[in-house]
Amino acid sequence: MTRRDASRWHPAEYAFWALPIVAYFVFPDHLALLAQIAIAALFAVSLDLILGYAGIVSLGHAAFFGIGAYAAGLLAQAGWGDPVLGLACATLAAAVTGFATSFLVLRGADLTRLMVTLGVASMLYVLANKLTDITGGLDGLQGVEMKPIFGQFAFDLYGKTAYVYCTIILFVMFWIARRVVHSPFGLSLQGIRQNAVRMPALGTPVNARLVAVYTLGAAYAGIAGALLTQTTQFVSIDVFSFSRSAEVLLILVLGGIGSLYGGILGAVVFMTVHEYLSGIDPLYWQFWLGLLLIVVVLFARGGIMGTLRLASKVRA
Amino acid sequence: MTVLFDGIASGLLLFLISVGLSVTLGLMNFVNLAHGAFAMLGGYVCVVLLNRYGVPFLATLPIAMIVSALAGVVLERTLYRRLYGAPHLDQVLFSIGLVFMSISTANYFFGDHQQPLHLPPMLSGQFHVAGADIGAYRLFLIVVGLVLAGGLQWLVTGTKFGASLRAAVDNPRIARGLGIDVDRVFVVTFALGSALAALGGALGIEMLGLDPEFPITYIVYFLIVVAVGGSGNIKGSLIASLILGICDVEGKYYVPQIGAFVIYLVMVVTLIFRPQGLFGRMAAK
Repeated sequence: MTRRDASRWHPAEYAFWALPIVAYFVFPDHLALLAQIAIAALFAVSLDLILGYAGIVSLGHAAFFGIGAYAAGLLAQAGWGDPVLGLACATLAAAVTGFATSFLVLRGADLTRLMVTLGVASMLYVLANKLTDITGGLDGLQGVEMKPIFGQFAFDLYGKTAYVYCTIILFVMFWIARRVVHSPFGLSLQGIRQNAVRMPALGTPVNARLVAVYTLGAAYAGIAGALLTQTTQFVSIDVFSFSRSAEVLLILVLGGIGSLYGGILGAVVFMTVHEYLSGIDPLYWQFWLGLLLIVVVLFARGGIMGTLRLASKVRA
Repeated sequence: MTVLFDGIASGLLLFLISVGLSVTLGLMNFVNLAHGAFAMLGGYVCVVLLNRYGVPFLATLPIAMIVSALAGVVLERTLYRRLYGAPHLDQVLFSIGLVFMSISTANYFFGDHQQPLHLPPMLSGQFHVAGADIGAYRLFLIVVGLVLAGGLQWLVTGTKFGASLRAAVDNPRIARGLGIDVDRVFVVTFALGSALAALGGALGIEMLGLDPEFPITYIVYFLIVVAVGGSGNIKGSLIASLILGICDVEGKYYVPQIGAFVIYLVMVVTLIFRPQGLFGRMAAK
């Protein structure tokens, strides 16, 4: 299959995007969960942009998720509760943070990057914990009140509006991301991941590209964070936590790194299993999570997408 | 003075736990985020022996080290060795998986509360020297830490085993050609790293506490030590631990508003100027 074909929409993709619409009618009682899945999926896509395409490892991607969440929350708390305005501001805040910290990430190799990203997220966590006047500290940000979307669609108890809102945002952002990764810019990122020494010889400004994609990934994560705030009308300090960074990495690996659908599939499977297992026993779900992670790393490196691809090759 | 002393003690405690990580991560080039899990194992072995079976505190330490070393050997043989040479990301994910499993296992057996530790009278209490209050236990930590630092430095740079280890890491193929049993060297090193973690975990209960979340709460600290000190470098880890311990304690004491912020700042600033750590050598690849 050539690149030209890959950028065109495959029939299976149309079918895939019909599923959220079907889900709306099939699981009317689980719309809140479905909205959470959409948010997790968007967060995973944001990490995929920087990790799967540009090859930047990060243990602190929650930093941008948290920035987006707090930006949207603080804005709504101050009275500007319009969701779309909140999204825009959260995106901007996360992008600015991403841009500023991208220069730290450029330095050093994998290990340094892991540590620096982890350090940035940890600093923000401590900061959010200490600035109790602004963030509410460990109690979380209270009094977030969202206005109806475009003044028309109010958030309801059943999560109908939240689900439709999150899914539409996910689709739009996915569509943009899909355009980006198939553009020359996206291809140059893959080139950098595969051989960072050779790309300058082809005339690619490696550092500028990495800064750009890191900023973009941060902006995406910010949107996911803002969506979480707006649908739950609450911000917990947990948005900056290490477990959240680890979780999104896990979702992405489970689904398959380096293909946008991997993040989405990973989110669907992860969140469903989470809901199911923690329903049985909230304490030991972590055990199965850990086991799953080890199995995926050792035996199914490509995640769900990789396994699917392998299966279709075997059949052909 | 007291604050400085506490800082040094907490720095050496940090060193005790993270030096094991410096060995596995730095010398074997394996990003082992599950290091805290081995420390936790050591801590629990110590607490169980002490509280349930009445074994003296000092006698529990070697047992904790042996148990953790055995666990290390088993895991190295069955799982870890498959990932030598794998991308760092795989190693990170794999060891996060181990961390999650260890947390829920500890939760299952011991519950989620803090474990109490009763120190022997010899090590509790404090005395006054030159206007500073010196806790006996902290002094004990400092002595153990310094002795261990000297011993390890000698082991890595001054013995035949250390030389084989460095050779095995730098170039496994040629090391094999020279008759070094690379597999065995790695197993022994990994066991050593796990045993050191267990020692640190057991000694750290008094200051850090012990609950199932231990591996996640403190992994950041251990990684910071290794990142700042430069991996695979005993002297670097020691100095980095001291800097971080002192900064952490002084920071929390004098500017409590920003408290824990200080050590992250130290780390990020260090890594900006010296991506290889303070004493790091360029990664051997």
